[in-house]
Amino acid sequence: MSTSAISVERARPKGGARTFLSRLKSGDEIAFLVTLACAVSILLVTSLLVFELFQNSALSRHKFGWAFLFTKTWDPVAGNFGALPYIYGTLVTSGLALLIGVPLGVGAAIFLAELAPPRISDALTFLIELLAAVPSVIFGLLGIFVMIPILRSAEPGIRAVFGFTPFFQGPFYGQSLLAAGVVVSIMIIPFIVSISREVLLAVPQDQREAALALGATKWESTWDIVVPFAKKGILGSIFLSLARALGETMAVTMVVGNDPKINTSLFAPGYSIAAVIANEFSEATDDLHVSALIEMGLVLFALTIIINAVARIMILTTTQKGSS
Amino acid sequence: MLSMRRKIVNAVMLTLTGLFAFFAVSILFFVLGYLLWNGGTSLSWNFFTKLPTPVGETGGGMANAIVGSAKLLLLATCIGVPIGFLGGVYLSEFGGSAFSSLVRYTTDLLNGVPSIVMGIFAFTVIVLPQKHFSTLAGGLALGVMMIPISLRSTEDFLKAVPLALREGAMALGASKSRAIFTVVIPAAINGIITGTMLNVARVAGETAPLLFTSLGNRYWSHGLDQPTASLPVMIFDYARAPYDDWHKQAWAAAFVLLSLVLAINVFARIVLGKKAQAR
Repeated sequence: MSTSAISVERARPKGGARTFLSRLKSGDEIAFLVTLACAVSILLVTSLLVFELFQNSALSRHKFGWAFLFTKTWDPVAGNFGALPYIYGTLVTSGLALLIGVPLGVGAAIFLAELAPPRISDALTFLIELLAAVPSVIFGLLGIFVMIPILRSAEPGIRAVFGFTPFFQGPFYGQSLLAAGVVVSIMIIPFIVSISREVLLAVPQDQREAALALGATKWESTWDIVVPFAKKGILGSIFLSLARALGETMAVTMVVGNDPKINTSLFAPGYSIAAVIANEFSEATDDLHVSALIEMGLVLFALTIIINAVARIMILTTTQKGSS
Repeated sequence: MLSMRRKIVNAVMLTLTGLFAFFAVSILFFVLGYLLWNGGTSLSWNFFTKLPTPVGETGGGMANAIVGSAKLLLLATCIGVPIGFLGGVYLSEFGGSAFSSLVRYTTDLLNGVPSIVMGIFAFTVIVLPQKHFSTLAGGLALGVMMIPISLRSTEDFLKAVPLALREGAMALGASKSRAIFTVVIPAAINGIITGTMLNVARVAGETAPLLFTSLGNRYWSHGLDQPTASLPVMIFDYARAPYDDWHKQAWAAAFVLLSLVLAINVFARIVLGKKAQAR
C-alpha cells in the first residue's frame, strides 16, 4: 500500500513552481497536516495515559515499592496496601475462564469452519458475534440472578466429581471465583470462535483433501492437519481473549464475592484488580488510597501489554516456522 | 481400513464440536429470552419518562439515565470518531513509513487497554484537576475508547477502495486531497458508517469507565459539568441493591440497553454491511 501511495504522489506534476504556499492553497497540505495531527494525537493520548498512570501512582509506588505486588494486606484505614490477593484473583478467574472457554470456543470454531454448511455456519457465526456485543454489565446481571442459582444447584454434582481436589473445598455461597470464571468464559467464547474460525477457513483446501486422500477420517484431517496449520491464529485468539478476561470488570465485580483472600478453593469468594478499582475508586478520599488504586490500574495495564507482546512474539515465531 | 476406534473417535469428536457450537449460540438465545421475559414485563411507560424514586416508593423510571447515556455517547462520538477517522485517512492515504507502523501498533495497544483503565485515565485528566465528577469526564473515557476502532475500520475500508479510483480522479486534474475527500471517502462511506455504528454500540454498554467519571445521578444532569446517570451504571447499582423493585428496574434497563445495542449491530451488519461488501 505504501508504494502505491508514493507512485500516486509522483503522478502529480511537481517542481519549483509549486511552493509550499500554493500547495497549502490547493488543500493537499492542509489535509496532510490535519490527518497527521490526528495520527500523532493517538501517540500523544497513549503516552499521556501511561504518564498519568505512572505519575498519579507515585505516592503508592514510592511508599511500597515492589513489595506492593507481593503483600497481602489491603487496609485503607491504616494506609497499608498490597495487591497480591487481587492479582491472584484476577489470574485465577482468567485462567479458569480460558480452561472452560478455549475448548468450547475452538471446538465451536472447528464445527463452524470444517463441518457446517457455509450458510448455516455464517448464520451461527453472526449470532455468536452478536453475543460479543452483549454488554458485560448484562452478563453480570444474569450472573447474579441466573447463573449463581444454577451453580448452587449444580454444587453437589461438582463436589461429587471434583471434591477430592483442593479446588472444590469449603462452603459454597454462590458468589465465588468459580462463578466469575464461568461468566468470563462465556464472555470470551465469541472472540475465540470468530477469530479461530477465520483462521481455520484460511487453511488451503489442498491440506484437507490430501489428508482425506491418505485415508484420514474427517476428524483426523481436522485435528492433525488443519488445526496445526492454523495454530498461530488460534493462539492469537486465545491471547486476545486472555487480555480481555484480565481486564473484565463489571461481570467479575458482580459475581466474584469481593473478598480479598487467597483461597485455593474455587468455591470461595475472591476479588480481582479491576473489581477493586470499580468498587473503591469513587469512594476513596485518602490520597494514598487513590494512588494505590491507580497503581492497581498500572499493574493491569502492564499485564495486558505483556500479554499482547507475548501474543505478537508467539504469532511471529509460529508464522516463521509455518512458512519454512 | 478404518479401525472401529478411529471411526468412533471421529463420530464422537465431530458431534462434540457441533454441540459446542450450538451451546455458544444457545447462550445468546438464553440471554435474549431471559431479558425479554424479565425486562419486558418490568418495562412500563414510566421507565422512559420518570426520574428514579427514593427507596420504598415504586413507579419510578430512568429517564435521566437514558438522556445521560445519549449525552455521553454523543460526546464520545464527537471526541473519538473525528480523531479516529482522520487518523485512518492519514494511515491509508498519506502513511506508509515507519511512523505509520508505530501509529498502528500504538492503536492496537490502546485498543487492548482494559476499559476500567480508561476510566482511571479520564479521572486523572478531568476529575482530579476539576475536583468533581462530570459528564465530560465520562464522555472523554468513552471517546478515547472509540478512537482505535474508528481508526482501524476507516483505514481498512479506505484501503479496500481500488487504486484506479484515486488515479482516475487525479488524471482528471483533482488535487490529492480533493480526490480523497470527493472520491475515495464517498466510495468507502458505507463501510465507515458501519464501523462507526458498531463502535457506538460497543461503548454504549461500557460501565467500568463511567463508574468514577460520570458517576451517577438520581436527578437530571444539566450541561456537561455535572455528574450524570447512565443506563449501564444504573443496571450495576440496581442489580447490587437489596430491593426487589430495583431489581425489576435493572432488568428493564438491561432490556432497553440490550435491545438498543443488538438493534444497532443487526442493522449495521446486515443492512450497511451488505452494501459495504458490494464496494
